[in-house]
Amino acid sequence: MNSGILQIAEKYLRWLFLVFAIFALFRGHNLPGGGFIGGLMAAMAFVFRGFAYSADEVYQSMKIKPETYLVIGFTAVILSFVPGMIAGKTFFEGVWLSADLGQLGLLKLGTPLLFDIGIFLVVIGVTVLFLFSLKRSD
Amino acid sequence: MTLAIPILIPLVFMIFMILRLPERVTRTAGISGSTLMLAAAVFILIKVKTEGIQTLYLGAWEAPYGITFVADPFSALMLVVSSVIMMAISLYAIHFLSSEYRSGKFYIFFFTLAVGLNGAFLTGDVFNLYVWIEVMLLSSFVLMTMGKTQDKLRGGIKYLALNLIGSLFFLAGIGLLYGKTGTLNMAHLAQIVQSSEQTQWLNTPAMLIFLAFGIKSAVFPLFFWLPASYHRPNITVSSMFAGLLTKVGVYALIRFFTLFFVQDPSFWHNLILIIAGFTMVVGGMAASTQYDTRRILSYHIISQIGYMVMGLGIFTPLAIAGAVYFMIHNMIAKTNTFLVAGMIQKVKGSFDPKNIGGLFTESPFLAVLFIIPAFALAGIPPLSGFFGKFILIKAGIESGQYLITAVAVLTGLLTLYSMIKIWNEAFLKKGEADSETKKLTFSEALPSVILGLISVLMGIFAAPVFDFASEAAEVLMENTKYIESVLK
Repeated sequence: MNSGILQIAEKYLRWLFLVFAIFALFRGHNLPGGGFIGGLMAAMAFVFRGFAYSADEVYQSMKIKPETYLVIGFTAVILSFVPGMIAGKTFFEGVWLSADLGQLGLLKLGTPLLFDIGIFLVVIGVTVLFLFSLKRSD
Repeated sequence: MTLAIPILIPLVFMIFMILRLPERVTRTAGISGSTLMLAAAVFILIKVKTEGIQTLYLGAWEAPYGITFVADPFSALMLVVSSVIMMAISLYAIHFLSSEYRSGKFYIFFFTLAVGLNGAFLTGDVFNLYVWIEVMLLSSFVLMTMGKTQDKLRGGIKYLALNLIGSLFFLAGIGLLYGKTGTLNMAHLAQIVQSSEQTQWLNTPAMLIFLAFGIKSAVFPLFFWLPASYHRPNITVSSMFAGLLTKVGVYALIRFFTLFFVQDPSFWHNLILIIAGFTMVVGGMAASTQYDTRRILSYHIISQIGYMVMGLGIFTPLAIAGAVYFMIHNMIAKTNTFLVAGMIQKVKGSFDPKNIGGLFTESPFLAVLFIIPAFALAGIPPLSGFFGKFILIKAGIESGQYLITAVAVLTGLLTLYSMIKIWNEAFLKKGEADSETKKLTFSEALPSVILGLISVLMGIFAAPVFDFASEAAEVLMENTKYIESVLK
């Protein structure tokens, strides 16, 4: 498909997808959202681009290939288990760090976030990999 | 923590394999990964043996709220046997994966399959079991269709479609269970079923789930997908599937029907026995009409599943112990026959015994390697299959189930017939003088030697293995132990 309208629209929508993806990612855990949903939203940015141009072009222009997303994502997932193990907690139990940011409120960072980020990347990798291998010509 | 290791090891190796590394690295990593997995499984088995049932509450969410991993003797045994097979396959893959499979790509899904398999054996949560089985199903689909020929895709699509229907039934059954009891934890389900007076409603989810695992374990009349697909992929993949995939279905059947589907025993056990009988006979007969070695062996898988299901149908401690023993024996011997079929193909260039001949004189070593698993499957003493069948038949006679016992004995003859068919055609028959025979190196035969040795040792040292199988059966039959250790 070679539509000018779609190509222009894609330029702006791309950021919308990504912003909402990251919003969904960080909103997760206590509220609906999280790595899986965020990952799907972010993958939409790539897939939409694949529709506006061609899957081959987009795949070529991707600086980080979907396979790399997979590896980094899975590694983040595995790493998220490590703090719990060191702290001697049950497997999969979250470890939390909280920092008081004064006016901004309390920032709570934990292994579930790392896990979610890992899932986020894996979902992007898998979705893009699957859809692009269906769409690509070779 | 220990119980998470069998999942973590293949997960880490799977990630490692995604990086496009050279062949030598991936092969070494494949072997070391599966060896580590075996070590972890053996460690868990020893721990279960000495300290009793092990549990792990993921994320410290106590049962029945979170997902629980449970290792009782039965699941620990299955874990060890499947890891042994995975290790043998990783050794076999070095020589027998054809060029269409890049070994790194093969190992990605090899380890994903291992993740699903180990998860399915360890989980104590019904829905979680569904997830692990899906992981297994998808990775096995990729392995089956790898190479992308039309032939493989045809088999793969049948395999995937029928198994997805099975998953749908499973999911529907889980939905009913959850809707009615509000829990997914197996031990909690069992507790609720035990304490409730009205259990008739359980028949609906039980039937749905029985159908689901019936498809997955390829019992009569739900086995079509198996002979349609198992002979198509590379022999390495076929042998892995032969030993592992259907057995997860049987494992889940035994787990569910001893733990919480215990209502209406007369109806269910009769149904299971009837299906077991048909599975044995139909599988055995279909095998004897086939000519391709892989197809004979594929139909055999079905026939042998009948024996395991028969143990569940008789439902005495001895019969369950027999089913467990038979499962261990069958996983090892079945994989081994496929491995040997691959070696015959490598030596003689064909899977059809009619085109082969004279292997007995040309390669007596290969003949020995074939005869061990083949006779073990046929139930010739002193190999492992003899004791498996002996225990099941003894249990059948003791509980007065004469008909199914007679069927089991006769099916043994059918098995022997088709094994002798391969033997006569491929080994005894005079070969054509000008036919080419390749030499087999020892490292090519090593996985088969290991599995053959296990078959022999399981026959000679049947008593300790059987003792452990009956310990597993005891825990399965008296499910209070399981429930108490999960719901502390």
